Amino acid sequence: MSKLTAAIVGPGNIGTDLMYKLLRSDVIEPRWMIGVDPSSEGLKLAAEKGLESTHEGVDWLLKQDELPDLIFEATSAYVHREYAPRYEEAGIRAIDLTPAAIGPAVIPPVNGETHVDAMNVNMITCGGQATIPMVAAVSRVAPVSYAEIVASVSSMSAGPGTRANIDEFTRTTSSGVREIGGATEGKAIIILNPAEPPMIMRDTIFCAADPDADRDAIIASVFAMEKAVQEYVPGYRLLQEPQLDDPSPATRGALKVSIFVEVEGAGDFLPPYAGNLDIMTAAATQVGQNIARSLLVEQ
Amino acid sequence: MTDLNTLTRTWSGTHGTDPFGELDLRLTDTCLRDGSHHKRHQFTATEVHDIVEALDTSGIPVIEVTHGDGLGGSSFNYGFSRTPEQELIRIASETAKRAKIAFLMLPGVGTKDDIRAAQDNGGQICRIATHCTEADTSIQHFGLARELGLETVGFLMMSHTQPPEVLAKQARIMVDAGCQCVYVVDSAGALIMEQTSDRVAAVVAEIGDVADVGFHGHENLALGVANTVAAARAGATQIDGSVRRFGAGAGNTPLEAFIGVCDKLGWRTGVDFLQIVDASEDVIKPAMPEECELNRMTLMMGYAGVYSSFLKHAGNAADRYGVSGAKILLEAGRRKLIGGQEDQLIDIALMLKAEQDKQAANA
Repeated sequence: MSKLTAAIVGPGNIGTDLMYKLLRSDVIEPRWMIGVDPSSEGLKLAAEKGLESTHEGVDWLLKQDELPDLIFEATSAYVHREYAPRYEEAGIRAIDLTPAAIGPAVIPPVNGETHVDAMNVNMITCGGQATIPMVAAVSRVAPVSYAEIVASVSSMSAGPGTRANIDEFTRTTSSGVREIGGATEGKAIIILNPAEPPMIMRDTIFCAADPDADRDAIIASVFAMEKAVQEYVPGYRLLQEPQLDDPSPATRGALKVSIFVEVEGAGDFLPPYAGNLDIMTAAATQVGQNIARSLLVEQ
Repeated sequence: MTDLNTLTRTWSGTHGTDPFGELDLRLTDTCLRDGSHHKRHQFTATEVHDIVEALDTSGIPVIEVTHGDGLGGSSFNYGFSRTPEQELIRIASETAKRAKIAFLMLPGVGTKDDIRAAQDNGGQICRIATHCTEADTSIQHFGLARELGLETVGFLMMSHTQPPEVLAKQARIMVDAGCQCVYVVDSAGALIMEQTSDRVAAVVAEIGDVADVGFHGHENLALGVANTVAAARAGATQIDGSVRRFGAGAGNTPLEAFIGVCDKLGWRTGVDFLQIVDASEDVIKPAMPEECELNRMTLMMGYAGVYSSFLKHAGNAADRYGVSGAKILLEAGRRKLIGGQEDQLIDIALMLKAEQDKQAANA
């Protein structure tokens, strides 16, 4: 099978980790790494791995005779908002790993195949990738009036982009909890924990489900979703069996479902504690491959 | 010999005389925010009205009102508010004649939209809290708050976990972002006097020429007043406390006691001691579900360095799963959990229950 070409924009932690995953893909060839800082370690590393690396930014890339089929954006929401129209003009499909949320959002095991024709797809946030599958697991078997996710990540794994744009994280994640997770209302909370040694990413998902919901169906659906995510993130695991609390005033009359997960990364670039980065790049790789396969079939 | 009672820095020294007259220290009562934890976020509109009226009449210059975990804190993770916090902020603003109403927000929990709404409801002082190594998550919020013309305060939470020089650097990040006063926050009530004054002094040395420094204490090792005196002597000019300790864990620095101490030391707070003591008995006490006490659980928090608001949540998880609440707190300390990670207490309780069940099966 032939491969589509890809450029990674943003040679930071996410971009570099993504590069390792794309280098293993059988349908995508990462050919360019695009940065803006000549001293970037990520650019150096990409050059070593045989990618054409530049610090002259996207402007340089778009001037080349040969353009990539896909661009993976791993910069910031602000940068992506600025460049997305130009990618589209050039006919390049964009997989957006920032919280810019220009295109439709994609969570592989929930709607991974839905938007393969979109010019721009958004990966929401790391916390969204880790938790929205579980919201969807509950909402596919029981109405969920409200879902809330708490993502705890190690400080070491939260880069300057996340730190400067923490509001974008909560906003984009909570809209994903609603729109893809299937909850009527959504809320997202993120905690950066500086503990040494760094903590592995942990996420808690609370759902307010219909009081008459089939409890066994909820539990079975959550375990099935764990397996579905493990197919592309092997280190994704439930820490406990889902906890169900009977409807009470404290649960605002709902059946409260509490789900605890841990996300251990594959250790491609950053150490395994940075599961938040791993699930993001693994999901983007999945989505990119789905798009690539559909384009290759068309060709 | 230096006279310990002469403060090197005073509020009026940096701000001139304000409507409250000459103040050596500017006090913030936080029972309607930190006390929200103790109250399990169940404040009614009437209670907020009555408490604000009593504090305002006594001369408390700043009153903080918000969900315990800040704007947007109403949730499964932290507990749902009985009355929406924005409504409580509005009631407080309409009630206070002289006091300014402050509100708290934690980046990652609340958002800029919440800050705008709080200002629309009359909030005048925006207090932004981060864990004491994560100050850079607050930059966009300080920027907005200043743009909106709000007075700003930064909270370095869990300050006992970091040495003075780290706190000083983090304080600098907040000040550069627009913060006008950085608080050393002893969220776990774990600091012991010299540890408080060393931290406050380091922050004063770093930012004291351009900003104020504050101190927020907890009573988990019964050192709230002692630590606050140490902080003032080290140059803190803004001081938090809660009348009757009404706060998370074993509560905050009892503000009425601190005011009495200030009277004795000749430090001007602008608050009438007799009036604040009456307010404590007649208005605050009836609004409290129970007194904030030093007991097995709250002592454990100061001892193990655990975030004070974990108290009620650890208690809930202990009841739900039949395990020891004190053990939950100790494990929270061992895991180095920080403010906001209340969800992990359930995971700890389940782990303890599994251990307990295993032991029972082997017995």
